[in-house]
Amino acid sequence: MSLRTFLPAVLVALVAVLPMMAPTTQVLLTLALAKGLPVLGVIVLLHAGQVSFGHALFFGVSAYAAAFLARVYGGGELISMVAVGVLAAVAVGLVVGIFVVRYRHIFFGMLNLAFSMIFFSVLEKFYYLTGGSDGLPVPRPTVAGFDMERAGFETVLFYLTLALCLVAAWATHRFLCSPIGNMMRTIKTNELRLEYLGVSARGVLLVGYLISAVLCGIGGALMAVAQGVVTPEYVWWVRSGEFVFIAILGGSGSVSGAFVGALIYEAVRTYASAFANDIWKMVLGVVLLGVILYAPAGVAGLYAQVMDRCRTRPANKTVDEDQ
Amino acid sequence: MTGRVLMEAKGVDIRFGGVVAAHEINIQIHEGHNLAIIGPNGAGKTTFLNICTGYLKPHSGQIFFDGADVTKLQPRHLVRKGVARAFQIPQLFTEHTVLENLLIAAAAQSRRWAPFVPMQRIPERDMMVELLGMVKCSHIADRPVSELPEGQRKLIDIAIALALKPKLLFMDEPTSGVASSEKFEVLDIIANALTEAKVTAVFVEHDIGIVERFADEVAVWNRGEVTFHGTPGDILSHPDVIRDVIGEEV
Repeated sequence: MSLRTFLPAVLVALVAVLPMMAPTTQVLLTLALAKGLPVLGVIVLLHAGQVSFGHALFFGVSAYAAAFLARVYGGGELISMVAVGVLAAVAVGLVVGIFVVRYRHIFFGMLNLAFSMIFFSVLEKFYYLTGGSDGLPVPRPTVAGFDMERAGFETVLFYLTLALCLVAAWATHRFLCSPIGNMMRTIKTNELRLEYLGVSARGVLLVGYLISAVLCGIGGALMAVAQGVVTPEYVWWVRSGEFVFIAILGGSGSVSGAFVGALIYEAVRTYASAFANDIWKMVLGVVLLGVILYAPAGVAGLYAQVMDRCRTRPANKTVDEDQ
Repeated sequence: MTGRVLMEAKGVDIRFGGVVAAHEINIQIHEGHNLAIIGPNGAGKTTFLNICTGYLKPHSGQIFFDGADVTKLQPRHLVRKGVARAFQIPQLFTEHTVLENLLIAAAAQSRRWAPFVPMQRIPERDMMVELLGMVKCSHIADRPVSELPEGQRKLIDIAIALALKPKLLFMDEPTSGVASSEKFEVLDIIANALTEAKVTAVFVEHDIGIVERFADEVAVWNRGEVTFHGTPGDILSHPDVIRDVIGEEV
């Protein structure tokens, strides 16, 4: 195993065992990882050069779909809640996607924002269905038919979230390396040429959009279950902005950036708000400024740069010695 | 002119405001006959390429390819039928390497949509490596295209079009931006690659030496009209062509 893959593997192992050593971190890590999934969705679109300021829409649709399912059946089943959440996110993603993939850049970003805010208003105003600003409670679901105690359930939920994040990261990485993933990147660099290869750029972007909706869907349903309540705040524009913020912080160049960013963000948010309640947003702002100015490829990009330097340095040395 | 008619323009007209960019264009492109389009700047040469590749729709007239009316098709639909295009300013995927540029084209041509199979492992990879050899670019396969000099960028742009296995290839000034000393060498490479791939080419060119050497037919454009069309020997020695086109160019 190379150093490049060794450290991420250590990080994953550390995240996996941390709740055993410090049980208070379990919920925090579950929430951070669940938030990392929609960030991954945002990163997929960033590969096509498009920034969505409304991806909380799919996060919220999935969360509410899971909550409705639990309400209809008087309590739900964890896997079916996640599955229904993802299906709902994909359905909405298809409808919204067909429309927004016709637009690029600021128009793409703002249209996504508009759709998410429409849904936010629906959630706020149809209070007899959605509970309005109070939202809906999400009772603790069963896991494969078993009714579990809170502590046991939280552990299962954490490891399920971790497993889903690993699968999602692997699948997204493979997608980005595939021909269609590479075609998505060409939307950023030369969409005209892509059309002259006989490919519909809108079709390619729609595929990426649906994948990002799936990722948001998984994250939304997990977040709903983890928090035990869904509120319109799930689709509030600040939430969408948070996903973009974390994507930039973690680094949009690789899938690991989503989760590294989400873990750092949640850690800073939790501990900074505990120790410096008045200024934690300022702390985050300064962190983001630092990242944009000194590490535009984000924390994951910085790591990749350091690894590149470590790899090229011995090679250069050999060349020097040969000379 | 002999040979099967591959593409035909019938009565094609297009205007941009008061500028007539194409007027009553009637021309046939024959399979296996490379056609050079010459004419002064603003004569409507690139407009004709844009119409033939589906980028612009004529206000009247029709374009036929392989006997079918393709006037209203989008560029991507025409590409699927076998019409490819190379650009005056190379249109490359600047965040990818040379080989990756070709792999994207090959994947598009072969409809490789499997979402979890790495692009580097598509079955067409060997063919693309071979194609890079044909355009003498094997040594730069792993270089990012953004780092390449113009001559090589031109070759890669044309190689991308060839990766689509077209029947007909439109090239807009394939040697513009290439140093004069390298022009013939670059076009030799292109011509050999076209012959090996059995592709008919239509190319806009200002260098008459190149036209003489590489074209089987020449069409002269002037103010949106085809004023002459014939063999290079006949057309390039015509007094009007020498006065209106070559005289200004040489």
